[in-house]
Amino acid sequence: MLEIRNLHARIAEDGTEIIRGLNLTVKAGEVAAIMGPNGSGKSTLSYVLSGREDYEVTEGDILYNGESILELDAAERAAKGLFLAFQYPVEIPGVATMQFLKVAMNEQRKARGEDELTTPDFMRRVKEAAAKLQINTEMLKRPLNVGFSGGEKKRAEILQMALLEPSLCILDETDSGLDIDALKIVADGVNALRSPDRAVIVITHYQRLLEYIVPDSVHVLYKGQVIKSGGKELALELESNGYADIIDAAA
Amino acid sequence: MNIQTTNRLTVAEAALVEAYNEQLSDLPGDGAVFAARDRLLDDLKTGGLPTRRIETWHYTDLKSLLRNVPARDRRAVAEATAPLVAGSEVLVVRQGVADLRSNVDAFEIRRYAESLIDGSAAAGLTALDFDDAIGRINGSFVRDGFVLDIPADAELKAPIELQVSHGAGQVHTRFPVNFGAGSKATVIERHRAVSENAAFVSTISDIALHDGAEITWIIFQSQGEFDTHLGQIRVNLGKDAKLRLFVINAGGKLVRQEIQISVTGEGADLTLRGINLLGGDTHTDVTLNLGHNVPHTTSTEIVRNVVFDRAKGVFQGMIRVAPDAQKTDARMACNTLLMTDDGEFAVKPELEIFADDVQCGHGATVADIDDNHLYYLMARGIPESKARAMLVNAFVDEIVEELEDEALVEALEDVIATWLEKHA
Repeated sequence: MLEIRNLHARIAEDGTEIIRGLNLTVKAGEVAAIMGPNGSGKSTLSYVLSGREDYEVTEGDILYNGESILELDAAERAAKGLFLAFQYPVEIPGVATMQFLKVAMNEQRKARGEDELTTPDFMRRVKEAAAKLQINTEMLKRPLNVGFSGGEKKRAEILQMALLEPSLCILDETDSGLDIDALKIVADGVNALRSPDRAVIVITHYQRLLEYIVPDSVHVLYKGQVIKSGGKELALELESNGYADIIDAAA
Repeated sequence: MNIQTTNRLTVAEAALVEAYNEQLSDLPGDGAVFAARDRLLDDLKTGGLPTRRIETWHYTDLKSLLRNVPARDRRAVAEATAPLVAGSEVLVVRQGVADLRSNVDAFEIRRYAESLIDGSAAAGLTALDFDDAIGRINGSFVRDGFVLDIPADAELKAPIELQVSHGAGQVHTRFPVNFGAGSKATVIERHRAVSENAAFVSTISDIALHDGAEITWIIFQSQGEFDTHLGQIRVNLGKDAKLRLFVINAGGKLVRQEIQISVTGEGADLTLRGINLLGGDTHTDVTLNLGHNVPHTTSTEIVRNVVFDRAKGVFQGMIRVAPDAQKTDARMACNTLLMTDDGEFAVKPELEIFADDVQCGHGATVADIDDNHLYYLMARGIPESKARAMLVNAFVDEIVEELEDEALVEALEDVIATWLEKHA
């Protein structure tokens, strides 16, 4: 589903190279965890995959279902089924959450040549998905993310993911700022989306989230490269020994 | 002997003088009205249109910006349209002529032309000050409009829409409105073009809110792309009166909307909100001159501007607090979204405070669309143009929603969305 080949990417503004020859393959149905110390390029990787314009790809390619997506902007990538759950979802005053959800769902449907949702159909979907994530519908009457607590923001991200039904989900440190109850709710939301034709990339610092979203593969990112890949036991190893051993071995 | 400085007339000034001579035979008015008209035109002729050397016109040099004035077009027609808010009491002015319907029960109404003819309008045909070009132009040329008298304690459920439509040429209207003590009403003053032919429009609303009146007044200007629109609202706020004044500019080539407010009753409150949607090669100026003249009065002013293309905008906000107007609380903000490098917006907030126990503040911001917001919306599959429109909309919608009246909010949101679709 996703194949990243020798990817090099830098910050557009100052040319700092963050991703330095990264290779990664994620198959349909797979849950891949990406772990790594601070500054290893985890969040940058998620931004580059999603098409954020602050980053430039200087070398290599990103293939999604066999096609390069480098020329597509963020909206086009999203319409093709790529979804990034943000570490820090932004607050947008003046944009009503419900209106945003409806526009996003319908724009994606339009891009895929499908009919727009009717309002009752839209409302039903939102209510069902919100109930599963224990999201109070009062919250959805507020402007987008405005005044949401950290946990509410993360749940709102997963709600969007559930409604947009992407085929490639990227979760950027979705566990940060969540208490254990919220973590379980979010993890259940993600697990509910697991399916043979959907891939999930979980970016995290800690093993904790991976107890709830059990990965098929674990990849260690360091200085913009995947320096080690393995099964879910690799995450446990990192948890007990830290990154030092693996970094030393790769050096 | 007095030294006379003679003003060499510009093309536009000459056209105004000629228009006056040409219209003299059929302008309505008695002797007193014509004496006032002559005086105002004479001042215009000797003083000329204001230039940047007149402080209140510094950012809108009318003398150089007003290139020409179209002659009165006697054949132009302008059909009325559906009101902004369904169910409104619509009072129509077509091509400068008020169309008086007889079946309005809730308040008193007459044509302004009648008060010109019987001379009762003469006292109002004044310039507020030496720099009141709009007062002079309108006073010289005004032909019609409506005079409304809302009785004390009347609560008008449906909004009144003053719908001023024009096809071309010149249109000069005036709306003296008296809101009786304790009355409640919403008035939508709407100016619209029905053709793309150039027009020169002046209009003055002269309103008084008596004790405890609670009034919402909307000025919705959607002139054509070759039109000049000179608008003024004169307001007197009585004791405990509450005025919510909402100005939305969404059209015109050269626009100046003046807001002249005198707060004369304790406990009075003004809420001024403005939205300027600017695009193309246009110039739009909103100028506020607010006098807090008595103690214990409050006001807030928020103006939001969106600037596309090569458009230029101006907001001048003068708040004067009189020496004994203690406990005045006035807050003014002007926020601008500059969407292009060629757009401009000039902001001049001014506070003149002569009392020592007051709270006054002002702030101004200028920004572009936040890239983080844009990226977030796009990352959810919303195409860039649509995402930008949503964010611009969000920027102005915040103050539209304050209006609370759902039908009004929806109507204005539609106006904004339609404008953005065309210009963004």
